[in-house]
Amino acid sequence: MIKLEAVNKWFGDYQALVDINESVAKGEVVVICGPSGSGKSTLIRTLNRLEPIQSGRIMIDGQDIHAPGLDINEFRSHIGFVFQQFNLFPHLSALGNCTLAPTQIRRLKPAEARERAMALLDRVGLAHKANAMPSELSGGQQQRVAIARALAMQPPLMLFDEPTSALDPEMVGEVLLVMRDLARDGMTMVCVTHEMGFAREVADHVLFMDAGKVLERATPDDFFNRPQHPRAQQFLADIRSPFDAQR
Amino acid sequence: MLELIQDYWVYFLIGQYPNGPLGGLALTLLLASLGLLLAFPIGLAMALARVSPWRALRWPAMGVIYTVRGTPLLMVVFWAYFLIPSLTGVKTSQFTTMLAALVVFDGAYLAEIMRAGIQGLPKGQMESARSCGLSWLQAMRFVVLPQALRHMLPSLINQFVSTIKETSLGYVVSLSEVSFIASQISAQVLTRPAEIYGLLALTYFILCFGLSRWAFWLERRLARRDPTVPVVTPP
Repeated sequence: MIKLEAVNKWFGDYQALVDINESVAKGEVVVICGPSGSGKSTLIRTLNRLEPIQSGRIMIDGQDIHAPGLDINEFRSHIGFVFQQFNLFPHLSALGNCTLAPTQIRRLKPAEARERAMALLDRVGLAHKANAMPSELSGGQQQRVAIARALAMQPPLMLFDEPTSALDPEMVGEVLLVMRDLARDGMTMVCVTHEMGFAREVADHVLFMDAGKVLERATPDDFFNRPQHPRAQQFLADIRSPFDAQR
Repeated sequence: MLELIQDYWVYFLIGQYPNGPLGGLALTLLLASLGLLLAFPIGLAMALARVSPWRALRWPAMGVIYTVRGTPLLMVVFWAYFLIPSLTGVKTSQFTTMLAALVVFDGAYLAEIMRAGIQGLPKGQMESARSCGLSWLQAMRFVVLPQALRHMLPSLINQFVSTIKETSLGYVVSLSEVSFIASQISAQVLTRPAEIYGLLALTYFILCFGLSRWAFWLERRLARRDPTVPVVTPP
Protein backbone atom coordinates (compact mmCIF):
# COMPACT_ATOMS: atom_id res chain seq x y z
CA MET A 1 0.00 0.00 0.00
CA ILE A 2 2.85 2.37 0.88
CA LYS A 3 6.23 2.13 -0.74
CA LEU A 4 9.16 4.45 -0.10
CA GLU A 5 12.12 4.33 -2.44
CA ALA A 6 15.38 6.07 -1.53
CA VAL A 7 13.63 8.96 0.18
CA ASN A 8 15.87 11.81 1.29
CA LYS A 9 14.88 15.00 3.02
CA TRP A 10 16.87 17.99 4.18
CA PHE A 11 15.98 20.93 6.38
CA GLY A 12 18.58 23.32 4.99
CA ASP A 13 21.91 21.63 5.66
CA TYR A 14 20.44 19.13 8.06
CA GLN A 15 19.47 15.79 6.58
CA ALA A 16 16.29 14.70 8.31
CA LEU A 17 15.65 11.50 6.33
CA VAL A 18 18.44 9.39 4.90
CA ASP A 19 17.76 7.02 2.07
CA ILE A 20 14.55 5.48 3.40
CA ASN A 21 13.36 2.30 1.66
CA GLU A 22 10.30 0.84 3.31
CA SER A 23 6.93 -0.60 2.50
CA VAL A 24 3.66 -1.11 4.31
CA ALA A 25 1.21 -3.74 3.13
CA LYS A 26 -2.55 -3.35 3.11
CA GLY A 27 -4.05 -4.10 6.51
CA GLU A 28 -0.68 -3.87 8.17
CA VAL A 29 -0.04 -1.89 11.35
CA VAL A 30 3.42 -0.38 11.51
CA VAL A 31 4.75 1.42 14.56
CA ILE A 32 7.65 3.81 14.14
CA CYS A 33 9.70 4.44 17.24
CA GLY A 34 13.04 5.97 18.10
CA PRO A 35 14.58 8.82 20.08
CA SER A 36 13.33 12.38 19.60
CA GLY A 37 14.79 14.10 16.59
CA SER A 38 15.26 10.79 14.81
CA GLY A 39 12.94 11.77 11.94
CA LYS A 40 9.86 9.73 12.87
CA SER A 41 7.41 12.60 12.63
CA THR A 42 9.11 13.97 9.55
CA LEU A 43 8.78 10.58 7.89
CA ILE A 44 5.09 10.19 8.60
CA ARG A 45 4.43 13.78 7.51
CA THR A 46 6.01 13.11 4.13
CA LEU A 47 3.41 10.39 3.52
CA ASN A 48 0.59 12.87 2.93
CA ARG A 49 2.90 15.59 1.62
CA LEU A 50 2.74 17.79 4.68
CA GLU A 51 6.52 17.77 4.27
CA PRO A 52 8.14 17.84 0.84
CA ILE A 53 11.04 15.51 0.06
CA GLN A 54 14.15 16.35 -1.92
CA SER A 55 14.74 13.02 -3.61
CA GLY A 56 13.29 9.55 -3.89
CA ARG A 57 9.81 8.32 -4.51
CA ILE A 58 6.77 7.65 -2.35
CA MET A 59 4.07 5.43 -3.82
CA ILE A 60 0.69 5.02 -2.18
CA ASP A 61 -1.68 2.54 -3.75
CA GLY A 62 0.59 2.45 -6.78
CA GLN A 63 0.39 6.22 -7.22
CA ASP A 64 3.51 8.38 -7.05
CA ILE A 65 2.37 11.07 -4.61
CA HIS A 66 4.70 13.67 -6.11
CA ALA A 67 3.57 13.05 -9.67
CA PRO A 68 2.85 16.31 -11.47
CA GLY A 69 -0.85 16.78 -12.04
CA LEU A 70 -1.81 14.78 -8.96
CA ASP A 71 -4.84 16.32 -7.26
CA ILE A 72 -3.29 16.78 -3.83
CA ASN A 73 -6.59 17.48 -2.10
CA GLU A 74 -8.27 14.41 -3.55
CA PHE A 75 -5.21 12.36 -2.60
CA ARG A 76 -5.13 13.65 0.97
CA SER A 77 -8.84 13.02 1.43
CA HIS A 78 -8.08 9.29 1.26
CA ILE A 79 -5.55 9.39 4.08
CA GLY A 80 -6.57 9.99 7.68
CA PHE A 81 -4.04 11.97 9.69
CA VAL A 82 -4.09 12.31 13.47
CA PHE A 83 -1.87 14.95 15.08
CA GLN A 84 -0.11 15.06 18.40
CA GLN A 85 -1.90 18.32 19.26
CA PHE A 86 -5.31 17.04 18.05
CA ASN A 87 -5.83 20.23 16.00
CA LEU A 88 -9.60 20.11 16.26
CA PHE A 89 -11.32 23.13 14.76
CA PRO A 90 -12.19 25.07 17.95
CA HIS A 91 -15.07 27.01 16.39
CA LEU A 92 -16.94 23.84 15.42
CA SER A 93 -18.63 21.27 17.64
CA ALA A 94 -17.36 17.69 17.77
CA LEU A 95 -20.00 16.83 15.20
CA GLY A 96 -19.13 19.86 13.06
CA ASN A 97 -15.50 18.79 13.04
CA CYS A 98 -16.53 15.43 11.65
CA THR A 99 -18.93 16.71 9.00
CA LEU A 100 -16.93 19.60 7.52
CA ALA A 101 -14.75 17.68 5.08
CA PRO A 102 -17.40 15.11 4.04
CA THR A 103 -19.89 17.85 3.16
CA GLN A 104 -17.34 20.11 1.47
CA ILE A 105 -15.27 17.52 -0.37
CA ARG A 106 -17.45 14.46 -0.78
CA ARG A 107 -20.55 16.63 -1.27
CA LEU A 108 -22.46 14.54 1.21
CA LYS A 109 -25.88 15.85 2.17
CA PRO A 110 -25.83 17.35 5.69
CA ALA A 111 -28.16 14.68 7.05
CA GLU A 112 -26.04 11.92 5.57
CA ALA A 113 -22.79 13.43 6.84
CA ARG A 114 -24.31 13.86 10.27
CA GLU A 115 -25.46 10.26 10.36
CA ARG A 116 -22.02 9.02 9.36
CA ALA A 117 -20.34 11.31 11.89
CA MET A 118 -22.65 10.18 14.69
CA ALA A 119 -21.85 6.55 13.93
CA LEU A 120 -18.13 7.33 14.14
CA LEU A 121 -18.46 9.38 17.31
CA ASP A 122 -20.34 6.43 18.75
CA ARG A 123 -17.52 4.15 17.68
CA VAL A 124 -14.99 6.25 19.61
CA GLY A 125 -17.40 6.38 22.55
CA LEU A 126 -18.34 10.06 22.26
CA ALA A 127 -21.83 10.10 20.74
CA HIS A 128 -23.05 11.88 23.87
CA LYS A 129 -20.53 14.69 23.27
CA ALA A 130 -21.51 15.34 19.65
CA ASN A 131 -22.61 18.90 20.34
CA ALA A 132 -19.77 19.79 22.70
CA MET A 133 -17.17 22.30 21.59
CA PRO A 134 -13.55 21.12 21.60
CA SER A 135 -12.74 23.42 24.55
CA GLU A 136 -15.30 21.52 26.61
CA LEU A 137 -13.63 18.16 25.98
CA SER A 138 -10.68 16.56 27.75
CA GLY A 139 -7.51 15.88 25.80
CA GLY A 140 -8.35 12.21 25.37
CA GLN A 141 -11.84 13.06 24.17
CA GLN A 142 -10.46 15.65 21.74
CA GLN A 143 -8.07 13.12 20.29
CA ARG A 144 -10.86 10.58 19.89
CA VAL A 145 -12.93 13.19 18.05
CA ALA A 146 -9.89 13.86 15.86
CA ILE A 147 -9.75 10.15 15.01
CA ALA A 148 -13.48 10.17 14.19
CA ARG A 149 -12.93 13.25 12.02
CA ALA A 150 -10.21 11.46 10.08
CA LEU A 151 -12.38 8.34 9.73
CA ALA A 152 -15.30 10.39 8.41
CA MET A 153 -13.60 10.49 5.00
CA GLN A 154 -13.54 6.67 5.05
CA PRO A 155 -9.80 6.52 4.34
CA PRO A 156 -8.19 3.14 3.65
CA LEU A 157 -5.06 4.37 5.44
CA MET A 158 -4.58 6.13 8.77
CA LEU A 159 -1.46 7.96 9.92
CA PHE A 160 -0.90 8.76 13.60
CA ASP A 161 1.78 11.25 14.60
CA GLU A 162 2.43 10.70 18.32
CA PRO A 163 -1.30 10.64 19.09
CA THR A 164 -0.88 10.20 22.84
CA SER A 165 2.21 12.29 23.57
CA ALA A 166 0.26 15.43 24.49
CA LEU A 167 -2.16 13.58 26.76
CA ASP A 168 -2.30 13.29 30.52
CA PRO A 169 -1.35 9.74 31.49
CA GLU A 170 -4.86 8.71 32.49
CA MET A 171 -6.18 9.56 29.02
CA VAL A 172 -3.66 7.61 26.99
CA GLY A 173 -5.51 4.34 27.39
CA GLU A 174 -8.82 5.45 25.90
CA VAL A 175 -7.09 6.68 22.74
CA LEU A 176 -4.96 3.54 22.39
CA LEU A 177 -8.05 1.34 22.74
CA VAL A 178 -9.75 3.17 19.88
CA MET A 179 -6.60 2.68 17.80
CA ARG A 180 -6.42 -0.99 18.69
CA ASP A 181 -10.02 -1.55 17.65
CA LEU A 182 -9.29 0.20 14.40
CA ALA A 183 -6.35 -2.10 13.78
CA ARG A 184 -8.47 -5.15 14.54
CA ASP A 185 -10.98 -4.01 11.96
CA GLY A 186 -8.24 -4.30 9.37
CA MET A 187 -7.27 -0.65 8.94
CA THR A 188 -3.84 -0.02 7.45
CA MET A 189 -2.05 2.12 10.01
CA VAL A 190 1.27 3.84 10.47
CA CYS A 191 1.80 5.13 14.01
CA VAL A 192 4.62 7.17 15.43
CA THR A 193 4.38 6.47 19.12
CA HIS A 194 6.31 5.96 22.34
CA GLU A 195 3.70 3.53 23.62
CA MET A 196 5.73 0.35 23.58
CA GLY A 197 2.87 -1.65 25.06
CA PHE A 198 0.73 -0.67 22.09
CA ALA A 199 3.53 -1.58 19.67
CA ARG A 200 3.97 -4.97 21.32
CA GLU A 201 0.28 -5.77 21.26
CA VAL A 202 -1.01 -4.25 18.04
CA ALA A 203 1.83 -3.72 15.57
CA ASP A 204 2.71 -6.16 12.83
CA HIS A 205 6.06 -4.50 12.41
CA VAL A 206 8.16 -2.02 14.34
CA LEU A 207 10.47 0.41 12.60
CA PHE A 208 13.28 1.78 14.70
CA MET A 209 14.71 5.09 13.55
CA ASP A 210 17.70 7.14 14.58
CA ALA A 211 19.34 10.15 12.92
CA GLY A 212 17.04 9.99 9.93
CA LYS A 213 17.73 6.33 9.17
CA VAL A 214 15.61 3.25 9.65
CA LEU A 215 17.98 1.02 11.59
CA GLU A 216 15.73 -1.90 12.23
CA ARG A 217 12.51 -3.38 10.95
CA ALA A 218 11.24 -6.32 12.93
CA THR A 219 8.18 -7.97 14.39
CA PRO A 220 7.37 -6.71 17.88
CA ASP A 221 8.49 -10.01 19.33
CA ASP A 222 11.90 -9.81 17.68
CA PHE A 223 12.28 -6.10 18.29
CA PHE A 224 11.54 -6.16 22.00
CA ASN A 225 13.18 -9.51 22.81
CA ARG A 226 16.00 -9.76 20.30
CA PRO A 227 16.88 -6.29 19.02
CA GLN A 228 19.70 -6.54 16.49
CA HIS A 229 21.07 -3.03 16.12
CA PRO A 230 23.13 -1.77 19.07
CA ARG A 231 21.35 1.60 18.93
CA ALA A 232 18.00 -0.19 19.26
CA GLN A 233 19.30 -2.24 22.20
CA GLN A 234 20.46 0.98 23.83
CA PHE A 235 17.10 2.68 23.16
CA LEU A 236 15.13 -0.19 24.66
CA ALA A 237 17.34 -0.19 27.72
CA ASP A 238 16.99 3.58 28.09
CA ILE A 239 13.19 3.71 27.89
CA ARG A 240 12.87 1.07 30.59
CA SER A 241 12.24 2.87 33.85
CA PRO A 242 15.25 2.51 36.17
CA PHE A 243 12.78 1.59 38.89
CA ASP A 244 11.72 -1.53 36.97
CA ALA A 245 15.30 -2.79 36.79
CA GLN A 246 15.09 -5.22 39.64
CA ARG A 247 11.99 -6.94 38.37
CA MET B 1 -21.00 78.36 25.36
CA LEU B 2 -24.59 77.17 25.78
CA GLU B 3 -25.97 79.62 23.25
CA LEU B 4 -23.25 78.54 20.86
CA ILE B 5 -24.47 74.97 21.14
CA GLN B 6 -28.09 76.09 20.94
CA ASP B 7 -27.49 78.02 17.76
CA TYR B 8 -25.33 75.60 15.91
CA TRP B 9 -25.97 72.02 17.14
CA VAL B 10 -28.10 70.99 14.18
CA TYR B 11 -25.55 72.40 11.72
CA PHE B 12 -22.78 70.67 13.67
CA LEU B 13 -24.58 67.31 13.59
CA ILE B 14 -25.98 67.16 10.04
CA GLY B 15 -24.66 70.19 8.13
CA GLN B 16 -27.15 71.88 5.80
CA TYR B 17 -29.31 68.76 5.51
CA PRO B 18 -32.21 68.58 4.53
CA ASN B 19 -31.90 71.89 2.68
CA GLY B 20 -28.47 70.99 1.35
CA PRO B 21 -26.09 68.04 1.33
CA LEU B 22 -25.59 65.97 4.46
CA GLY B 23 -22.65 67.14 6.55
CA GLY B 24 -21.30 67.44 10.06
CA LEU B 25 -20.89 64.57 12.47
CA ALA B 26 -23.39 62.44 10.54
CA LEU B 27 -21.27 62.71 7.42
CA THR B 28 -18.11 61.91 9.39
CA LEU B 29 -19.68 58.72 10.73
CA LEU B 30 -21.16 57.77 7.39
CA LEU B 31 -17.83 58.28 5.67
CA ALA B 32 -15.92 56.30 8.28
CA SER B 33 -18.42 53.40 8.26
CA LEU B 34 -18.68 53.23 4.52
CA GLY B 35 -14.90 53.55 4.16
CA LEU B 36 -14.19 50.68 6.52
CA LEU B 37 -17.00 48.56 5.06
CA LEU B 38 -15.69 48.93 1.50
CA ALA B 39 -12.08 48.55 2.62
CA PHE B 40 -12.93 45.25 4.28
CA PRO B 41 -13.17 43.05 1.14
CA ILE B 42 -10.14 44.79 -0.34
CA GLY B 43 -8.14 44.25 2.84
CA LEU B 44 -9.25 40.63 2.98
CA ALA B 45 -8.25 40.01 -0.63
CA MET B 46 -4.84 41.60 -0.08
CA ALA B 47 -4.32 39.72 3.20
CA LEU B 48 -5.14 36.41 1.50
CA ALA B 49 -2.79 37.25 -1.35
CA ARG B 50 -0.12 38.15 1.21
CA VAL B 51 -0.29 34.79 3.05
CA SER B 52 -0.98 32.68 -0.04
CA PRO B 53 1.56 30.09 -1.18
CA TRP B 54 1.78 31.79 -4.60
CA ARG B 55 4.53 34.32 -5.10
CA ALA B 56 2.73 35.95 -8.04
CA LEU B 57 0.01 37.01 -5.60
CA ARG B 58 2.21 37.64 -2.57
CA TRP B 59 4.60 40.15 -4.09
CA PRO B 60 2.16 42.57 -5.76
CA ALA B 61 0.03 42.62 -2.59
CA MET B 62 3.12 43.32 -0.51
CA GLY B 63 4.11 46.12 -2.89
CA VAL B 64 0.73 47.83 -2.66
CA ILE B 65 0.49 47.45 1.11
CA TYR B 66 4.00 48.81 1.76
CA THR B 67 3.52 51.71 -0.64
CA VAL B 68 0.24 52.81 0.90
CA ARG B 69 1.44 52.28 4.46
CA GLY B 70 4.53 54.29 3.69
CA THR B 71 2.46 57.22 2.42
CA PRO B 72 0.66 59.90 4.45
CA LEU B 73 -3.11 59.83 4.03
CA LEU B 74 -3.02 63.47 2.90
CA MET B 75 -1.08 62.40 -0.17
CA VAL B 76 -3.54 59.62 -0.94
CA VAL B 77 -6.31 62.23 -0.72
CA PHE B 78 -4.47 64.44 -3.21
CA TRP B 79 -4.00 61.50 -5.55
CA ALA B 80 -7.67 60.68 -5.35
CA TYR B 81 -8.58 64.32 -5.86
CA PHE B 82 -6.50 64.80 -9.01
CA LEU B 83 -6.15 61.29 -10.35
CA ILE B 84 -9.72 59.95 -10.33
CA PRO B 85 -11.20 62.78 -12.45
CA SER B 86 -8.36 62.58 -14.95
CA LEU B 87 -8.82 58.82 -15.24
CA THR B 88 -12.61 58.74 -15.44
CA GLY B 89 -13.11 62.11 -17.11
CA VAL B 90 -15.93 62.89 -14.69
CA LYS B 91 -15.75 65.41 -11.89
CA THR B 92 -15.76 63.48 -8.64
CA SER B 93 -17.67 64.72 -5.62
CA GLN B 94 -15.70 65.53 -2.47
CA PHE B 95 -17.41 62.67 -0.70
CA THR B 96 -16.42 60.13 -3.35
CA THR B 97 -12.87 61.48 -3.43
CA MET B 98 -12.47 61.13 0.31
CA LEU B 99 -14.19 57.74 0.33
CA ALA B 100 -11.86 56.41 -2.37
CA ALA B 101 -8.82 57.65 -0.46
CA LEU B 102 -10.03 56.06 2.77
CA VAL B 103 -10.82 52.74 1.12
CA VAL B 104 -7.34 52.49 -0.38
CA PHE B 105 -5.65 53.63 2.82
CA ASP B 106 -7.69 51.49 5.21
CA GLY B 107 -7.56 48.54 2.82
CA ALA B 108 -3.81 48.39 3.27
CA TYR B 109 -4.01 48.69 7.05
CA LEU B 110 -6.82 46.13 7.28
CA ALA B 111 -4.77 43.77 5.14
CA GLU B 112 -1.98 43.88 7.71
CA ILE B 113 -4.40 43.39 10.61
CA MET B 114 -5.94 40.41 8.85
CA ARG B 115 -2.59 38.95 7.92
CA ALA B 116 -1.56 39.09 11.57
CA GLY B 117 -4.86 37.48 12.54
CA ILE B 118 -4.44 34.67 10.05
CA GLN B 119 -0.81 34.03 10.91
CA GLY B 120 -1.57 34.25 14.62
CA LEU B 121 -3.55 31.01 14.50
CA PRO B 122 -1.66 27.83 15.37
CA LYS B 123 -0.12 26.28 12.24
CA GLY B 124 -1.84 23.01 13.05
CA GLN B 125 -5.20 24.45 12.05
CA MET B 126 -4.20 24.89 8.42
CA GLU B 127 -2.33 21.59 8.46
CA SER B 128 -5.22 19.56 9.81
CA ALA B 129 -7.66 21.23 7.44
CA ARG B 130 -5.41 20.43 4.48
CA SER B 131 -4.91 16.89 5.77
CA CYS B 132 -8.66 16.32 5.54
CA GLY B 133 -8.36 17.13 1.85
CA LEU B 134 -9.68 20.70 1.96
CA SER B 135 -8.10 23.01 -0.61
CA TRP B 136 -6.16 26.06 0.57
CA LEU B 137 -9.12 28.30 -0.14
CA GLN B 138 -11.60 25.96 1.54
CA ALA B 139 -9.33 25.69 4.58
CA MET B 140 -9.16 29.49 4.73
CA ARG B 141 -12.88 29.90 4.36
CA PHE B 142 -14.13 27.22 6.73
CA VAL B 143 -11.34 26.88 9.27
CA VAL B 144 -8.88 29.77 9.41
CA LEU B 145 -10.93 32.91 8.67
CA PRO B 146 -13.89 32.16 10.98
CA GLN B 147 -11.41 31.95 13.86
CA ALA B 148 -9.10 34.73 12.72
CA LEU B 149 -11.90 37.24 12.15
CA ARG B 150 -13.22 36.71 15.64
CA HIS B 151 -9.82 37.35 17.12
CA MET B 152 -9.45 40.45 14.95
CA LEU B 153 -12.65 42.11 16.13
CA PRO B 154 -10.95 44.42 18.66
CA SER B 155 -8.40 45.50 16.04
CA LEU B 156 -11.16 46.18 13.56
CA ILE B 157 -12.87 48.48 16.04
CA ASN B 158 -9.58 50.27 16.67
CA GLN B 159 -9.17 50.68 12.94
CA PHE B 160 -12.64 52.22 12.86
CA VAL B 161 -11.44 54.71 15.49
CA SER B 162 -8.49 55.60 13.25
CA THR B 163 -10.80 55.97 10.29
CA ILE B 164 -13.05 58.40 12.16
CA LYS B 165 -10.05 60.60 12.89
CA GLU B 166 -8.81 60.24 9.31
CA THR B 167 -12.06 61.63 7.89
CA SER B 168 -11.05 65.04 9.25
CA LEU B 169 -8.62 65.28 6.33
CA GLY B 170 -11.72 65.69 4.16
CA TYR B 171 -11.22 69.30 5.21
CA VAL B 172 -8.59 69.79 2.51
CA VAL B 173 -11.05 68.95 -0.26
CA SER B 174 -13.75 71.10 1.42
CA LEU B 175 -15.84 68.11 2.36
CA SER B 176 -18.34 69.31 4.95
CA GLU B 177 -17.50 66.72 7.59
CA VAL B 178 -17.52 67.73 11.23
CA SER B 179 -14.10 69.46 11.33
CA PHE B 180 -14.92 71.50 8.26
CA ILE B 181 -18.29 72.48 9.77
CA ALA B 182 -16.55 73.51 12.98
CA SER B 183 -14.24 75.79 11.02
CA GLN B 184 -17.27 77.25 9.23
CA ILE B 185 -18.98 77.95 12.53
CA SER B 186 -15.80 79.49 13.87
CA ALA B 187 -15.60 81.73 10.82
CA GLN B 188 -19.17 82.89 11.33
CA VAL B 189 -18.86 83.51 15.07
CA LEU B 190 -15.34 84.90 14.67
CA THR B 191 -14.56 85.48 18.36
CA ARG B 192 -14.72 82.08 20.00
CA PRO B 193 -12.44 79.59 18.22
CA ALA B 194 -11.16 78.02 21.46
CA GLU B 195 -14.62 76.96 22.55
CA ILE B 196 -15.67 75.75 19.12
CA TYR B 197 -12.57 73.68 18.50
CA GLY B 198 -12.72 72.52 22.11
CA LEU B 199 -16.20 71.17 21.49
CA LEU B 200 -14.99 69.55 18.29
CA ALA B 201 -12.14 67.85 20.14
CA LEU B 202 -14.51 66.70 22.86
CA THR B 203 -16.80 65.20 20.24
CA TYR B 204 -13.99 63.21 18.65
CA PHE B 205 -12.72 62.17 22.06
CA ILE B 206 -16.03 60.84 23.36
CA LEU B 207 -16.60 58.87 20.18
CA CYS B 208 -13.11 57.43 19.84
CA PHE B 209 -12.48 56.82 23.51
CA GLY B 210 -15.81 55.02 23.84
CA LEU B 211 -15.06 52.79 20.87
CA SER B 212 -11.53 52.08 22.12
CA ARG B 213 -12.86 51.02 25.49
CA TRP B 214 -15.35 48.75 23.77
CA ALA B 215 -12.52 47.18 21.77
CA PHE B 216 -10.49 46.73 24.93
CA TRP B 217 -13.42 45.08 26.67
CA LEU B 218 -13.92 42.72 23.72
CA GLU B 219 -10.23 41.88 23.70
CA ARG B 220 -10.32 40.99 27.38
CA ARG B 221 -13.41 38.87 26.90
CA LEU B 222 -11.90 36.98 23.96
CA ALA B 223 -8.70 36.38 25.88
CA ARG B 224 -10.67 34.97 28.81
CA ARG B 225 -12.63 32.62 26.60
CA ASP B 226 -9.73 31.29 24.64
CA PRO B 227 -6.41 31.94 26.35
CA THR B 228 -4.46 29.79 23.90
CA VAL B 229 -4.84 32.06 20.91
CA PRO B 230 -3.30 35.52 21.08
CA VAL B 231 -5.59 38.41 20.32
CA VAL B 232 -4.37 40.52 17.45
CA THR B 233 -3.21 43.95 18.49
CA PRO B 234 -2.84 46.57 15.81
CA PRO B 235 0.56 46.76 14.10
